[in-house]
Amino acid sequence: MSAAEWRKAMNAGAGQYAWTTGARARTAARPSPRPSPLGREGEVSVPADWARWVGRRVGVRHVLVLVVVLAYPWVATPFFTFQIGAQALALGLIALSLTLLAGYGGMVSLAQMTVAGIAGYMYAIFATSGTDISLRWPWGLAVALALVIATVCATLIGWFSVRTEGIYTIMITLSIGVAFYYLAQQNYSLFNGFQGFQSVMTPAVRGVELRAPIPFYYLTLFWALAGYFFVAYLLRAPFGVALQGIRDNPRRMSALGFNVTAHRVAAYAVAGFIAAIGGVLMVWYNGLVSPGSVGTSWLINILIISVLGGMRHPIGPFVGAIVFVLLQNFAVDLVGRERFNLLIGAVFLVIVLFSSDGLLGWWGSARRYLHARLEPARLAGRRRA
Amino acid sequence: MSRFWRWFWGVVIGLPAAAFVAWGLADNPKLFLTTGMNGLTLAALYFLVASGFTLVFGLMRNVNLAHGSIYLLGAYVGYVVGDRTGSWLVAVAAGFASAALFGLVLQVAVFRFMHGEDLRQTMVTIGLSIMMADILLWIFGGEIYQFDPPRAIFGRTPLPIVQVYPTYRLVLLLMSAAIGVLLWWFLNRTRVGMMIRAGVDDRGMLAASGVNVQFVFAVTFAIGAGLAGFAGVVGGTALSIAPGEDTRYQLASLVVVIVGGMGSVVGAAIGAILIGVAEQYGLAYAPTYSVVFTFVIMALVLAFRPQGILGRRA
Repeated sequence: MSAAEWRKAMNAGAGQYAWTTGARARTAARPSPRPSPLGREGEVSVPADWARWVGRRVGVRHVLVLVVVLAYPWVATPFFTFQIGAQALALGLIALSLTLLAGYGGMVSLAQMTVAGIAGYMYAIFATSGTDISLRWPWGLAVALALVIATVCATLIGWFSVRTEGIYTIMITLSIGVAFYYLAQQNYSLFNGFQGFQSVMTPAVRGVELRAPIPFYYLTLFWALAGYFFVAYLLRAPFGVALQGIRDNPRRMSALGFNVTAHRVAAYAVAGFIAAIGGVLMVWYNGLVSPGSVGTSWLINILIISVLGGMRHPIGPFVGAIVFVLLQNFAVDLVGRERFNLLIGAVFLVIVLFSSDGLLGWWGSARRYLHARLEPARLAGRRRA
Repeated sequence: MSRFWRWFWGVVIGLPAAAFVAWGLADNPKLFLTTGMNGLTLAALYFLVASGFTLVFGLMRNVNLAHGSIYLLGAYVGYVVGDRTGSWLVAVAAGFASAALFGLVLQVAVFRFMHGEDLRQTMVTIGLSIMMADILLWIFGGEIYQFDPPRAIFGRTPLPIVQVYPTYRLVLLLMSAAIGVLLWWFLNRTRVGMMIRAGVDDRGMLAASGVNVQFVFAVTFAIGAGLAGFAGVVGGTALSIAPGEDTRYQLASLVVVIVGGMGSVVGAAIGAILIGVAEQYGLAYAPTYSVVFTFVIMALVLAFRPQGILGRRA
């Protein structure tokens, strides 16, 4: 959201939805609170209005992307559907949670993969796997418990790390993430130590094996789209607007009566829930969860994916994840399988050094450049005609 | 904090700690004291790595997440030089010099151009650490390397109760203390040290009073990186060099600095002792949960003093 839009939304009364108890009480005391900007846009009673609303929001490129992602598994090989498509979407979902926190909340948390890993571990513990620790409960219950526990952990991590700001947050979350890695590696009674949980069962719904390439692709696609639209919605909702205000100037937002800490912790909780969904999907994808899946390299990889794509739009992490997964799978042709880290490190370094906002930043400047080049030509043509 | 609360927390934290010490001494004094010595040795190592990290952070607000990689770089360079010359002391000097040079190049060629962009600098160091870890793995492979220090410092020393203790670890303790004193002298008694302290307090004022801030930055970064390289050789001798050590020391210096207070060298010493001792006692008495102790210390410090024990609010 641009600064101008943000200011407009702020003036339109989003401030009434501050999360402080005091502010809430004030809101309740008011006879008729003014509607939030979203409420106003959302009030569509006549079909024509509805069509216009959709027409204004949805462009050709949106439809195009949707058609491509829906048709993708029917033209791609199972390898591309499962290893590239589904993995990129699941990783993108985890990176999306970081984009929400870092790009819009200003809190770079390296513990998002840890939250996803906690969800994965919890699923493996409650559901069925090749290890005796697993409780073999029904998979639906296991998923629900995994999501709840991971979200609670994310909230705790958030509550913990919002005591710090800026680069301090990176340090705290990195140490939390690595601490969990060591805990998972050293503890055998709950996390099964170094081996982790092998052959974690993926559920089958009405005879459809969810881990088969096409069903799994559509499953991840569903959750990726849900996550994308949810974040896109959230960023325009009062909560998201306030979050961006806090990112830009916490002191001022605090002076305006917003509870800065509560907003930040809530952002961690929401992001944690998204990451937890991604974590369960990753366990289904890999069929295993081990300390290696929450190790330092994966904590950093999520950051790389987010930064690679760009943090100023919720589509960024998915773009980053596609590039990352493609590099990961085809690095063997470029530099050999062993040197993947060198390649991804170099790509990351180039992006950080030369782009303000990842690949989306480059896309934006390319578009501006083309506009600047094409616009005078088009104007000249119109003048001649 | 009021007097009551100070007493309250003193009792809450002090009583269990005192009970543990009493139980440990009564139960098995040899194990208890050996573990304590091991903890102090580890703390000495952590202090060497973390003091450079905290110095760089305090002055430049640069969270150098490649600090662990510089540790490993110094260790490997030291190993190669030591292998060629056969002298351990030359290896230590080479470890320090190579890491300092590397840090200097980084500051002058990269970080100078992103002054004030904290987050971007941190990201660059992350990218660097990934690349360096892979390049070092490429060159040196996954083997474990060990140094060959002079015989005089590599025997065993008889001590009361503990009976025998590796001489080298005692030497490491002394070296670390010496480095600490030297660092204190440098920061408090020399002109450049004065500039560094002034810069930690207020970068803008330092620049405004006519000091060449870039020079101070370069010196600080070189010393910080050099200390990491020095620790690489010294620590590699006490333990060993292997891929993955970079992450370990990176995490250790992060936690030490968070606990001790960012930007404070004395804080780094206190944090290093707390974390090193807690880690070793954890490993000896509750192996599965040793990392939890480190974490609990960090959590307690963050909960009651978010800026660290000796840190100041930014």
